[in-house]
Amino acid sequence: MCGPFPPPELERGETVVARRLIGLAAILVILITWAEPALAEHAPQMASTMPWWAWPLMLFVVSFGLGIVAVLGGVGGGVLFVPIVGGFFPFHLDFVRGAGLLVALAGALAAGPGLLRSGMANLRLAMPLALIASASAIAGAMIGLALPTNLVQLALGTTILGIVGLMLVARKSEYPHVAQADSLSVALRMNGIYHEAYSGRDIDWQVHRTPQGLAMFTVIGLMAGMFGLGAGWANVPVLNLLMGAPLKVSVATSKFMLSIVDTAAAWVYLNQGAVLAMVAVPSIIGIMLGSVIGVRLLKRTNASVVRKVVIGMLLLAGSRALLKGFGI
Amino acid sequence: MEIKTVEVVEAAGISNPIEYVTPEQMAYATVLDYGMKAGLAILVTSFVLYLMGIVQPLVPVSDLPNYWSMPVSQYLKATGVGTGWSWVSLVKHGDFLNFIGIAFLSAVTVVCYLRILPFQMKNKDVLLGSIVLIEVLVLALGASGVLSAGH
Repeated sequence: MCGPFPPPELERGETVVARRLIGLAAILVILITWAEPALAEHAPQMASTMPWWAWPLMLFVVSFGLGIVAVLGGVGGGVLFVPIVGGFFPFHLDFVRGAGLLVALAGALAAGPGLLRSGMANLRLAMPLALIASASAIAGAMIGLALPTNLVQLALGTTILGIVGLMLVARKSEYPHVAQADSLSVALRMNGIYHEAYSGRDIDWQVHRTPQGLAMFTVIGLMAGMFGLGAGWANVPVLNLLMGAPLKVSVATSKFMLSIVDTAAAWVYLNQGAVLAMVAVPSIIGIMLGSVIGVRLLKRTNASVVRKVVIGMLLLAGSRALLKGFGI
Repeated sequence: MEIKTVEVVEAAGISNPIEYVTPEQMAYATVLDYGMKAGLAILVTSFVLYLMGIVQPLVPVSDLPNYWSMPVSQYLKATGVGTGWSWVSLVKHGDFLNFIGIAFLSAVTVVCYLRILPFQMKNKDVLLGSIVLIEVLVLALGASGVLSAGH
């Protein structure tokens, strides 16, 4: 329509629309999250008086909003989906976790093609890390289905709040300085160039600390499978803060990687019967539609705005999971 | 920051000079795109058939509120549904018909990996080719249903 570089007026207009949509979606998520404790208290009474179709319909609407916000934050949506749906809706956490994993997977599948074609997601950066993470995600899924639910919530909340702390104290991460790539990343050709549409620059990047990154992704995959979530909440900080990938490459590659890591864990939940069609399908359809919108917005979004969205979402999701773990 | 000329970028085997995307990445994206859309179409179709009652479910939709708050072990016991790939025998029921689309979406990644394997073979990239093959095996293990867990 306008070629790869639309005129400045259209770019500014699209950026304004992007900011408004992000703000709207974030407000929706914040309102639901903070209203959730009060609503959860009355959930059993509400569940018995509402028609059966009302809950799947609300699930679809909430998932759509999460799909937009999640792709901008490089998370799978599952990290918000599981605590929100698990607290506000009458579905058991076993089915919520199964749906959460499929939601994260579906969102990543929807966003993946656009992110790969734009060059912001990098296949060679993703594949070695995804291999480690997907293998450990299978183990994590098996452990998670065996553990008591409150223990899983406590571990999840603690981990997410730890990541938030790490991101808050980091000085600068939009374009980390990597003095020299390590030999493993060079051998695996974990480097690239992408065109930054927002600033109009070409960003040449490389990564370091690849062995440490692989070790972290082992832990990330284990927890992703255990919590029934995507792994984006941990992928982005490791890719960006530890390995030194630019923030947008980290966000986009993280989102893409979820399509690989969550596939592995999702099969375990599916084969264990922890998937209900009336819970999973409205969520999947909602988040996929929302993710398509989110991908279009990511290219035109300021990297620092993306960082703030990620931190805000993680803070909310982590606090909620911790409270649930303590039975609050 | 280094700016690459179009000729240098094309010589490096990058198919999209403006976006600096390799051919294998474009191929992966194409399969992912088609697979995602096909999976979504299957899922939407099966869900409509389920919602409208055209294909009768195993658990009537009006009874779902009695089941969706149960832990999965209790749900399986109450409905008689098995684990592993036993859902395949239940696809004549509307609720389990949806599992075809879910399984399709879960299998798309494997197809994407198989699509890019020829690139590694052509480039004699043993390291990355091995990563691709091992990943396919890992995902197949997860899908096999031989791994079990539960409360």
